[in-house]
Amino acid sequence: MVLKFKHLLSIEDLSPEDITLILDTAESFKEISQREIKKVPTLRGKTVILFFYEPSTRTRTSFEIAAKRLSADTMSLSASTSSMVKGETLIDTARNLEAMNPDALIIRHPASGAPHLVAGLVNFTVINAGDGTHEHPSQALLDMLTIREAKGRLPGLRVAIIGDITHSRVARSNMIGLGKMGAEVRVAGPPTMLPPDIEQYGVKVYHRPEPALEGVDVIMMLRLQLERQTGRLFPGVREYARVFGLNRRRVELAAPDAVIMHPGPMNRGVEIAPDVADGPRSVILDQVTNGVSVRMALLYLLIGGGPQE
Amino acid sequence: MRIILRGGRVMDPSRNLDGERDVLVEDGLLVDLAAPGQADSWAAEAQIIEVKGLLITPGLIDMHVHLREPGEEYKETIATGAAAAAAGGFTAVAAMPNTKPVNDNRSVTEFIFNQAKLAGQARVWPIAAMTKGSLGEELCEYGELAEAGAVAVSDDGRPVPSAQMMRRVLEYSKAFGLLAIAHAEELSLSAGGLMNEGRTSTRLGLAGIPAAGEEIAVFRDVRLAELTGTPLHLAHISTAGAVEIIRRAKAAGVPVTAETAPHYFTLTEEAVVGYRTEAKVNPPLRSRRDLEAVRAGLADGTIDVIATDHAPHSELEKRVEFDQAACGITGLETALPLTLNLVHQGVLTLAQAVTALSLNPAKILGLTGGALKKGCPADLTVIDLQRQWLVKGTEFKSLGRFTPFEGRTMIGRAVLTMVQGRIVHNLLP
Repeated sequence: MVLKFKHLLSIEDLSPEDITLILDTAESFKEISQREIKKVPTLRGKTVILFFYEPSTRTRTSFEIAAKRLSADTMSLSASTSSMVKGETLIDTARNLEAMNPDALIIRHPASGAPHLVAGLVNFTVINAGDGTHEHPSQALLDMLTIREAKGRLPGLRVAIIGDITHSRVARSNMIGLGKMGAEVRVAGPPTMLPPDIEQYGVKVYHRPEPALEGVDVIMMLRLQLERQTGRLFPGVREYARVFGLNRRRVELAAPDAVIMHPGPMNRGVEIAPDVADGPRSVILDQVTNGVSVRMALLYLLIGGGPQE
Repeated sequence: MRIILRGGRVMDPSRNLDGERDVLVEDGLLVDLAAPGQADSWAAEAQIIEVKGLLITPGLIDMHVHLREPGEEYKETIATGAAAAAAGGFTAVAAMPNTKPVNDNRSVTEFIFNQAKLAGQARVWPIAAMTKGSLGEELCEYGELAEAGAVAVSDDGRPVPSAQMMRRVLEYSKAFGLLAIAHAEELSLSAGGLMNEGRTSTRLGLAGIPAAGEEIAVFRDVRLAELTGTPLHLAHISTAGAVEIIRRAKAAGVPVTAETAPHYFTLTEEAVVGYRTEAKVNPPLRSRRDLEAVRAGLADGTIDVIATDHAPHSELEKRVEFDQAACGITGLETALPLTLNLVHQGVLTLAQAVTALSLNPAKILGLTGGALKKGCPADLTVIDLQRQWLVKGTEFKSLGRFTPFEGRTMIGRAVLTMVQGRIVHNLLP
């Protein structure tokens, strides 16, 4: 089976079979990162451009390492080092990059839909590395790989996503992806941070974390965007941590073998207590490790000419 | 100079006329309407235009357009906008004041008249700003603006935030018989919003504009119209709740009238899917339920007028990320077939459609037009109700080439537009 599309813009575009293929491929790539010489020639001669209009540590590094371990040539652009600062439009930037004939563009952008705009114009592969408050597909895929590893499966698992759902592209991609894979998804957050008609994702909605955490197999905490406080979405960090933060007491509500996830970067002591983040149930660093494998799989499946024999 | 339009079906809702008539136009005036055959008695040296099988209506009037001049001539000029109007079957348009500079004084109002005269296309009636610079703080000089020919005052695009200021606008405008046209939007609820708030905005990750923001503002302004006893016209109504508030206000005798735009009764928020900037508009395209309510409001007369809110933009504003894109749809050249579509679907009668596109805007603005009367200026539109055509933005007379109707097949088109006896648009062989 081969991916039937050229770009990765949204988890919405993936079938359950596509997701399984990506996760299986990622699993097979994990071993490369354990080798002493962590490089295979699979994407030799391919050019991958990382274009990050927003700050990022994890995603950008992860994509770059993934591309390099597959021997692709990579180059990075950011909003501050590109001609964006000179007022060049996204469309012009994309066309200029296209003129240099790259194979893939990995784009992070503060505007929802920006990767779609680029994908509609160019002949190379576009991978969405997070667009506004829309989606972050590779994050959802690495989350699903981490859950599948920890729990052995995805269907039937109970997953609680807790925090600012409205502004979270991670939450959106995971609600869609986990829903497609047959997991039971619950979301919880202050109602100021729950978008309208969130039920369309087939999730159960809670306004407090406790009932959402009851018996779940996976706890996924979202980063609190502290700048949202000025939007009057919550009264302050202290109250948020008290009411919505994940602490040991709240972890007890979940299934005894529940795992704890966070897409990073964490606000320690706000949405997640340090002892929980660093505790035995935390798979937060496994997520990061799996991020490299998932992104290797994506690059391979999208620009490498097909799945491994 | 005499012109005879021979054999057409003449519809004039102002006097319930719907029948075959020959139309005689002389020196810019509509001289006679006669039953078939009588035209033979009219003088022979006339230009005869055969319009058998076609509909003749009073010239269509669009009481809500943005012509961008002065200030943003790269988006539209008065000449291109007036030509787009003529091509769409409109003999007159009322131009909103949000130009650069804002039309808040006599010199801009006169400039608009002069440019329109030079263009020689559809008539252009300037609407003046409600407040200086449209800043919502000080009244404009309505006395002078009325003298200069402004036909109404409006804060379109920049609603007056203060209820007290709006009250003063309504009171003061009364002295000059200037109609107040409100853009109803509670800005604190719509701030940062990019599309209608609901299912689709959640899915696309785009900040929402709740219907409640329009409804709160409509309610405020309706109550102020009642308080001041001043006629108020509500622009671009898009939500079910707003339609209901207006329906009740009218039943209670409040002097309000309302308009909607073709995109609100044709498209829903789903048109935005794919981050289509050509469907980005303010108020935003709403839900299916809102669309149905707007149609019902047109059908029962709650909404009096169909106006385009023609808001042309260039690719600089539209070929960008969705959150950066400007709001606005190029509407003049698609409004007529989209309205006729409501007739085909049985929502409106043809007479209702013509009323919403000509008689009612003329009445609400208090201007002549909207009727085919002997001795009046010959402003009329000839429509081929069957004509099929494909929408291509690149073929618009407007400089605004972005339309959510791109590639759609339309049924019905203005084939001849006459302003004061002059043919300004003609697709007849």
